[in-house]
Amino acid sequence: MADYFHSVILIEEKCTGCTVCMQNCPTQAIRVVDGKAQITPEKCIDCGICIRVCPYGAKTAVTDTMRDLEAYDIKAAMPSMSFYSQFSQHYSKTKINNALKTLGFDEVIDQSYHAEVLAYHLGNLSEDPQQVKPMISTYCPAITRLIQIKNPELIKNIIPIETPMEVAARLYKEAMAERNPGASVGIFYISQCPAKITSIKKPIGLGRSSLDGALSTKNLYPLLMQILSHREDYSQELTAAYLGENWAILGGQSLTSEIEAAIKVDDIDEVAKILDMAELGKLSGLKFIETYACVGGCVGGPLNVENPFIARYRVESRTRSLSPIDIDEIENNFDFGKLLWDLEIEPIDILGLDKDLSVALEKMDRIDKLLGELPGIDCGACGCPSCRALAEDIVQKKARLSDCVFQKLQGGPKNATL
Amino acid sequence: MKFEYTITTQNFTTAGEASSNTKKTLKLLGIDSKIIRRAAIMAYEAEMNIAIHSRGGKIQLEIEAHRITIVAEDQGPGIADIDLAMKEGYSTASHEIREMGFGAGMGLPNMKRCADSFDISSTPGGKTRVVMTLNL
Repeated sequence: MADYFHSVILIEEKCTGCTVCMQNCPTQAIRVVDGKAQITPEKCIDCGICIRVCPYGAKTAVTDTMRDLEAYDIKAAMPSMSFYSQFSQHYSKTKINNALKTLGFDEVIDQSYHAEVLAYHLGNLSEDPQQVKPMISTYCPAITRLIQIKNPELIKNIIPIETPMEVAARLYKEAMAERNPGASVGIFYISQCPAKITSIKKPIGLGRSSLDGALSTKNLYPLLMQILSHREDYSQELTAAYLGENWAILGGQSLTSEIEAAIKVDDIDEVAKILDMAELGKLSGLKFIETYACVGGCVGGPLNVENPFIARYRVESRTRSLSPIDIDEIENNFDFGKLLWDLEIEPIDILGLDKDLSVALEKMDRIDKLLGELPGIDCGACGCPSCRALAEDIVQKKARLSDCVFQKLQGGPKNATL
Repeated sequence: MKFEYTITTQNFTTAGEASSNTKKTLKLLGIDSKIIRRAAIMAYEAEMNIAIHSRGGKIQLEIEAHRITIVAEDQGPGIADIDLAMKEGYSTASHEIREMGFGAGMGLPNMKRCADSFDISSTPGGKTRVVMTLNL
């Protein structure tokens, strides 16, 4: 069962055990043990909220390095959909791509084209009576994992279309294999968030990712700015831009797929509430729920550098005057059947109190009694995000009642049998 | 194991808590997600009915090794014609409530559809009591 990979990790030396990440984790996956904020692997969804909120920079995402490019004959960069919005409008897409090439990439793959292709199919699916509604896309992998953990009954609402990054990477590799047979091709995603990195290292719905690694926007940004600000670029080449770039912002998927009966939700806590309502059958009039764990959509990703609202403005400015890709071009070049993921999405079973219901009920009873002993103020000093979480951990033998500071002040547990 | 949730009339800020607590509890007990979903819908519709139509009431959740029982009981004013109330789309909710997106007349039929057994009793002017069970 120890089959978890997470890109979010703790840098122990920097952690002060302050509990900020623990209190903000949407899945209560963090416990402070011996003064260090440990992540419970089965509960972590790699949303990266802890990276954003840590005052000491003690949470980070594992990425590859520029040195990892050397393993490949052809080195390609695939910037996240929100990548270009991180730079001032002063720097054109061409200039930014040239800076990436200066850094060591041979080519830059633009996935916003593929986002638009997928948006067309998303729109078609929304009219298909066979498709369970409201549809949910896998574009935000943190939300897909949230559904696997918390709302398994909504897995059937997840649409079977792959993400733009996977489609773009696979098609690029197919084309390269024809053009340069025998050459090794490495595609590196320049990521706005840890959840995307995890979905490359350990994909959902796919046996293997077509991408080979991931770098973070945050790490590359200073290097690129150095190149951009110190060199005049006289290149006359015009780089195409696509409406698909809107997938970087909240509402972009609905906009490009022209689905009107769609609800657009950002911020993981709000998404969790909407998913609960969907599970209750309360959103049956909707065709699509567009969800992002981060505020504003991918522009708000924890590995981005720019303010999400400024980045949003830039996406809107860049795409305002663009026209959509011709439908015939999409119909003739993309076979819908080849744009689907190949594995079933399975629920992730966070273990309950016990496999045996009668034992679980006994434990539940003890949790109830323990809650009477605990102060109920959710101070977090014990290292658990709430008194209830501590009670559950005590029953599961992961913590002790004496971990509660209020119990300590009172001179130990009132009831020794607990 | 029993849990009890108090529902205040016309309070739509807290309405939904009985359902979400039911869901959390059953999840922790390792109950199958299909059954959790049905229980959550039953609790949600019941607490919404109490908040919308009654003078207030409570929801009891009882979990035994072979069965889940949800009992919804309110303080009146009772249902005049139960057969009519059970019809899909029939609602006595006010215009204001409907404006808020509630009162579509699907509450009781939804509960009955999700439950393995469903029993409703009411006296006009008095209390209404709904007893629902799910087999485990």
